[in-house]
Order: sequence, then C-alpha cells, then structure tokens
Amino acid sequence: MKRMIAALLSVLTLCGMMVPAFAADKKSTPNAGVTINVYNWGEYISDGSDGTMDANAEFTKRTGIRVNYTTFDTNESMYSKLSGGGAEYDVIFPSDYMVNKLMKQGMLEKLDFNNIPNFQYIDKQYRNPKYDPDNAYSVPYTWGVVGIFYNKKYVKPEETESWDILWNKKYAGKILMFDNPRDAFGIAQKRLGISYNTTDTNDWEAAAALLKEQKPLVQAYVMDQIFDKMDSGEAWVAPYYAGDAATLVGKNKNIGFTIPTKQGTNFFVDTMCIPKGSKHKAAAEAYINFLCDPKVSAANLSYIGYSTPETAAKKLLPEEVTSNPIYYPPQSILDKSEVFTDLPDSTNTLIDGLWAEVKMGGAGDTTTLIAVLCAFLVLYIGIVIYKKRKRKKEME
Amino acid sequence: MKAKRALLPYLIWMLLFTVVPMFMVLFFAFTDKAGTFTLENMRQVGQYSNVFLRSIWQGALATVICLLLSYPLAYSIAHMKFKTQNVMIMLVMLPMWMNFLLRTYSWMTLLEDNGILNNLFAALGLPRVHMINTAGAVVLGMIYNYIPYMILPLYTVLTKIDNSVLEAAQDLGANKAQVFARVTLPMSMPGIISGITMVFVPAVSTFIISKMLGGGGNLLIGDVVEMQFLGSAYNPNLGSAISLVLMVLIIICMGIMNQFDDDDERGAMMI
Amino acid sequence: MKTVSRIYMVLIFLFLYAPIFVLILFSFNDSSAMSRSVFSGFSLRWYSRLFQDRLIMEALGNTLVIAVVAAAVSTVLGTAGAIGIGSLKNKWMRRVTMNVTNLPMVNPEIVTGVSMMLLFVISTRAVGANLGMGSLIIAHITFCLPYVIMSVRPKLMQMDPHLYEAAQDLGCAPTSAFFKVVLPQITPGIITGAIMAFTLSIDDFVISYFTSGTTQTLPIFIYSMTRKRISPEINALSTVLFAAILVLLIVVNARQSVITDKAARLQSEAEEAEA
Repeated sequence: MKRMIAALLSVLTLCGMMVPAFAADKKSTPNAGVTINVYNWGEYISDGSDGTMDANAEFTKRTGIRVNYTTFDTNESMYSKLSGGGAEYDVIFPSDYMVNKLMKQGMLEKLDFNNIPNFQYIDKQYRNPKYDPDNAYSVPYTWGVVGIFYNKKYVKPEETESWDILWNKKYAGKILMFDNPRDAFGIAQKRLGISYNTTDTNDWEAAAALLKEQKPLVQAYVMDQIFDKMDSGEAWVAPYYAGDAATLVGKNKNIGFTIPTKQGTNFFVDTMCIPKGSKHKAAAEAYINFLCDPKVSAANLSYIGYSTPETAAKKLLPEEVTSNPIYYPPQSILDKSEVFTDLPDSTNTLIDGLWAEVKMGGAGDTTTLIAVLCAFLVLYIGIVIYKKRKRKKEME
Repeated sequence: MKAKRALLPYLIWMLLFTVVPMFMVLFFAFTDKAGTFTLENMRQVGQYSNVFLRSIWQGALATVICLLLSYPLAYSIAHMKFKTQNVMIMLVMLPMWMNFLLRTYSWMTLLEDNGILNNLFAALGLPRVHMINTAGAVVLGMIYNYIPYMILPLYTVLTKIDNSVLEAAQDLGANKAQVFARVTLPMSMPGIISGITMVFVPAVSTFIISKMLGGGGNLLIGDVVEMQFLGSAYNPNLGSAISLVLMVLIIICMGIMNQFDDDDERGAMMI
Repeated sequence: MKTVSRIYMVLIFLFLYAPIFVLILFSFNDSSAMSRSVFSGFSLRWYSRLFQDRLIMEALGNTLVIAVVAAAVSTVLGTAGAIGIGSLKNKWMRRVTMNVTNLPMVNPEIVTGVSMMLLFVISTRAVGANLGMGSLIIAHITFCLPYVIMSVRPKLMQMDPHLYEAAQDLGCAPTSAFFKVVLPQITPGIITGAIMAFTLSIDDFVISYFTSGTTQTLPIFIYSMTRKRISPEINALSTVLFAAILVLLIVVNARQSVITDKAARLQSEAEEAEA
C-alpha cells in the first residue's frame, strides 16, 4: 500500500514539475555538469524502486548536477569518516546532537538561505532549534521518535509499552539492539529514568551495567539489518526509528510497532548540512532546496516513511498516514520524549570506552595483555636458545 | 649496472607507500590529538586485552581446524593423476574469485535460525540448531574464507616429495604410519608453516566476518581497529596503538612458527 | 581407503561450494521481497535490473578501471624490481629489499589499510586534495607489487644468467638484449603476476575500505549493502562474473600456469629460500 502511495505521489510530482523543470533547464543551470558528494543514512531516500521517484535522478534531470550518493549507518561513523577519512562531502545528513557537535568543532559551512528559498516551508517549531540556535548551519530533513518493533505472533502488544521487554529473558536470542552508543545507552537510560544528556559518570556506568546485563539476551547489535531480520522472523523484538514502521509494518502483517510512552523515548530531527570545505556549496544548497520542495518532500518521505517538518508536504500525504499516531504522535507523547544534545568531550570518551566494554563483554586489564605478549616472547626466545644449544651439541 | 637502476623506482615506491605508512602508525600510536608525545594510547590498549585474547584464540582455533581439514585433502589431491590434480586445485581456488563479502553473507543465509540449513534439518525431522551469531559461526567463517590458503601450500610441498624417498623408507622396513610420521610429515613442514601463517594472520585481524556472523557482540581486534578509524569511536591514535600491538603480536607468532621450520635462511627472511 | 578419501573430498567441496550455490540460486529468485531464504520461482528479473542500476554499474566501472591500471603499473614496476633485486650482489641489501617486499604480505590487511589511510589523509590534506581514485590506485598497486615480484623472481632465477651476456657479446645492445632474450624467458611469470594483480585488485575490500574517500568500488558497494540487505542484483552480477572467470579458466586451462598462479606465489616463497 505504502509503495503504491509513493508511486502515485511521485507521478503527480513529476507531472506537476514538468513545466517549471523545462523552464529551469533553459534559463540558468549555473552548476550543470558539477558532481556533488552526498552522504546519507542507508535507506533514507526515495530510490526509484517499484515506480517511486528516484530523487537523485530527478534532481540531476532538473539541475544538471550529478550526484555521487554514498551511505553511512550511524552518526558516529559519519563523523569518523568526515574527520579522518579523507573524503570530501557536499551534503551530509547528521542528527540533531551531531549537528551541534560538528558546529562546535567548526566542521560545517554556514548555509546561504538565498539559495534555499524552500526553507520557507519548514514549520516554525523546527526552526532555530536548540542544536542550531541561529539556524545557520542546518535544514531539517525528517523527524521521528524511537519505538519498539515486535512480531505479533510471539509478543503481546502490551508488553512493548515499556523498554523492559528488551531485558525479558523470555525473548533471549530474539532481541535486536542498536549498534550505536547513543541510541543503545538511551534505552537503558530511559529504563533507569535518567536523562540522555547526563554528564554524571555514575549515570553512564549504571546504564552500561544494564546493557551488559542485557547482552546475553541480545541476538545481534545491528542498524538497518533489522529490516531483514524482523521481516524474516529471525528476531522478534527490536528498538528502531518510527519512520521505518512504514516499511516494516506496511510490508509484513505480523510486525507491530509501539512507542513506549511510560518511560519516554527519544525525539530526533535529522538534518541536511554542508561540511566545511565543500567545493560546490551552491550546488549542495540547490540539492537541499530540492529536497525541501513540498512536492518532492512528500514523494520522498512517503517512500522512506519518516515524518516531515513541512506542513505543506504533510498536506500532500494521505490522511491515513498523517493521522497515524506512529508517524505523527500526539503532543502528549512528544512532551514525554527527550532530545539528544551534544556532550562534553570527556563524557564522549567515557561513552566510547563503556560502549566498547559492553560490546566486548567487560573491560580487560593491561597486565593480561602484557603477560600474553611476554609469554609469546619468552616462548620465542626459549625455542631459539634451545635450537642453538642443540646445534652446538650436534657440532661437537 | 643497468639492472640496478631498474630497482630504484620499485624501491622508492615501496618505501613511500609501505615503510612510511608504518612510521605513521608508530607516530600516531605515541602521540595525542595535538601531536605531542604520550603513552596514554598504549595504556588504553590494555582495556582491549579480552578482545586480543578472543581474537588469538578464535584465529588459532580456525587455523588448527583448517590444517586438520586441509592435510588429508591436499594429500589425496597430491596422489592423483596429474591432470586431475590441476582440476582439483582449480576447484579449490575457484570460490576465491567470488566476492568474499558475498560468500560470508551467504553463510548468514545458511546459518540463520530460519535459514536454509535449519529448514533442511526441520524437513529431515532433526532439531533446529542455533548457529548464527555465535563464536562458532565466526570461526566457521574464518575457516571457510581462508582454507584455500592452507590447502595450496600443503599441496605444493606434498607434490614435491619424491616418491623414491618414500619407497626407500618402506624398503628400510618402515610401515605406512612410520613413513608418514618420519618422512612425509617432516618434509611437508615448510608447507604447514606457510599455511599456518597465511591463515592465522588474516584470521586474527579480520573485521568483517565477526560483524556479519558474530552479531556485533563478538568483537574481534579488527573490529576495534575499524571502530577507531571509521566506526563509532573516532580515535586514530588509539587505533594506531592497537594496530601496533597487533603487528608486534603477529611478528612474534611468526617468529615462533618459523623456528619449527628447519630452513633457517627462510626464517630470517620473514623477520 | 579410496572411497573414504572420495567421500571426504566431496564433503570438503560441498563446504566450499554451498554458499556459492546459494548465492547463484537466489540470483534467479522470483521474489520482489528480496527474500534471502525462501525461493519462490525462477526469474531473470534481477539480471535485467542489474544493467539498469546506475550505482552498481558505476561501482563496477570504477573497480575495473582500478584493477586494469593497478595490474598494468604493478606488473611493469614489479618486473623491473624483480630484475633489480636479482642483480643485487650485496646479501644484506638483498635481504632488506626482500623484507620490504614481504611487508604488505606479512602485515595484516587492516593494518596496511589503516597505515595507508593515515599517509593519504595527511598528505592530501597538505595539498587540499581528497582520497578517491588516485589513492585507491596507489594502494592497489602497492599491495599487488609483492605478488608480481613473487611470480617473476622464480622465472628469473631459472634463467641462465649468461644468456644475457652472450647476446651482448654477439653484438646486441643492452636494451634489445633485454627485450629479445630476457623478456621472452620471463613472460610466463609476468603474465601470472599480472593476472594475480588483477584478481587481487578486483576482490580487495579491506584496503579499499580505508583508502576510498567517496569513491565506490564494487566490494565497498556490496559492503554498504550488507548493512541492510543485499539486492539479488548483486547476486546476479557475481554470478555473471563467476561464470566469466570459469569460462576464462577453462579456456586457459591448457596453459596451466594460470590455474596455479596463486599456488605459484607460495612455491616461489619456498624457492626464494633455496636460492
């Protein structure tokens, strides 16, 4: 059903655009022929499958700007690639707290909003957000909350109203968990009733302890693989982003989705930014502008399923989507949710260490490592000496 | 000498792109973000001793199983007709031309709880077995991907053993088992050694297999290195320090292995 | 005894080919759901889609360009290097050179990849450039070089060193003596080296992963797919490539050197020691 809507919308979009697109072609395409590098989340743009709009191809058609499109799976790995991967991107899609971090480290370009006239469609409540108070660096792309996917055949819906289900021994080996630190810790933090953005070492350690306790029950730490694993029935319970319910629940009748309201959840905004050093800034702004076009946005988001920050786009979406509390939750749920903010460096280092600890099952200590290295070395020297002596004896 | 001049571009290339990068790793391992000298990274590597131990253990296990599986196979192939030998070796190599990520991904399909193997078991009335996302699955992935590197050197040395040597041993009164233990095995030692190194080194340092078949909860040292450079915890200095320890560890292991090889010239070459 | 070994062989080959069989089977799966474990009928749809997929075709193109360039450059550079190493009289010099040659083979791939990434990132930052095709090609040449050397060296050692001198005595200029006498003798080794470099380059993931910047090669593209789900288009592509290689191998089977090229490098290692 969802695919059909997406296809329909894209046809409408393309028809509606035909005339101005043609006009634009003739008028001025200052960046035609340029290639921009776009770095987005996986499964996060309409790609033309099953008759939907191929957003990148459509953009190229309209502007003559080519798109080299690559994907990442977590904010953190995007940050790594950006800081040390020697790659230059023109458009990136960081989430709220990551925008803040990149901004503070001077890794973003200020946007020229003259090139992004479609910013006018962004709703007031998404402008000047806490993570980018002057709204100088980012344009919101989508927003959403985190919830729990479950297989109706094995899991009762009321069980999913609390994060506790992810610690339920009944589902050992059938639970999936986020493979990125902020989201994973976030769930433990809500279960403990602590803020996502605490800087107290004890709080983080308590959350880490909870995650370690959960580890034996976890089938795998994954990101987008959840689509596959939930769909095939390989896993039964998994926390993930609400927008993906459109893909998962829409495709598979056995899968349900709940937003755990009692303990609260994470509200996120994913944005579009231009990293420092982009050589095709104007072309990148054209790309951002293109995705903000309400018609494009509606066609695009009806495919990926996430919620739009534009009322104009929302109006184009079918009623059954916009009235669905999964995609557009009521204010009461939003009030109970919390946004990630960027943390101080010391806390980030602490999280990295704790996260590695969770994933490798407890911290090791230096002495063991030194002991192993020494043991190998002693063995080596021992053999060498033994062989030399033997040879000497043979010589005699 | 003209020929010596031919060496120059090669040597410059190798110095620039293998030796210099090694010094980069060394430099990063002992500095902090600002570039000042520190031992902090080295101290932090200690936190990952569990991962080192697990990697060594799983890598070694995979290597031993590879050796046990490959030896009889290489032995049988080496005793076939020459033409059949070629076909068999081709068959051993052929899977390596299929992309390694895809082959590993394919194992995921086979091993899953609702995967092909389990469906097959169920159809045969056997109980389902939980295989994916276990340490066993990771070791299996290692064995699968690196076993050709064990079979080939074993096959090469085994074909080189002169049949007349074996006959001579038999003439001198040795039975089959004795011939194997006293002649064939020692003579195939160089093949065993190079097979072990060629399987152990990539197995210890792999970072994809554990991710795909281990479910992300079975971190190996390769994963930790990847995490520091392009993954969720950006810290190239710590990553370099871990790489450095990994290198030292492997060099020591190879030193030990080479001691079992009587050919001393070769041992010296490797170190 | 013979039947036991036969059964054993069948089992091992079953193990080696099971995943490949699954891969090929699912490239013909007639299911839009991209299911990985349920086969719902025969279809060629993924094959027709494959050639329309711009991203896959682009990645394939990059991979082939890199492999051709890397194989060509590493073959020339490596052959020259092998000849140079052979001419080294000083034992110590030779040992050092051989150790440098062995370095990328002995070092874990991930360490090689990471170390090159550090070098590339720092040096390109200095000139304001980025990683991409250039760094990928350099990296691929570097890890191919030792294998070229390993295939050419044995052929050089088998050759009678006096041949070259004899040609010169008979009035050949050094260059033409090289092309007329030395080169034909070592050509099989050079071809083996080139093919090996080509296949190694096509299949490389780990080193490319760290040195690619924004450029996508086929293995990198496949990796980004494994993080969600692999489209059967990729299965179709691999099946096509696999079939191509199979045909190629059967055709050159007569030449036999090709089949054992990977074995040759192991052999050459042993021969290295004997020299």
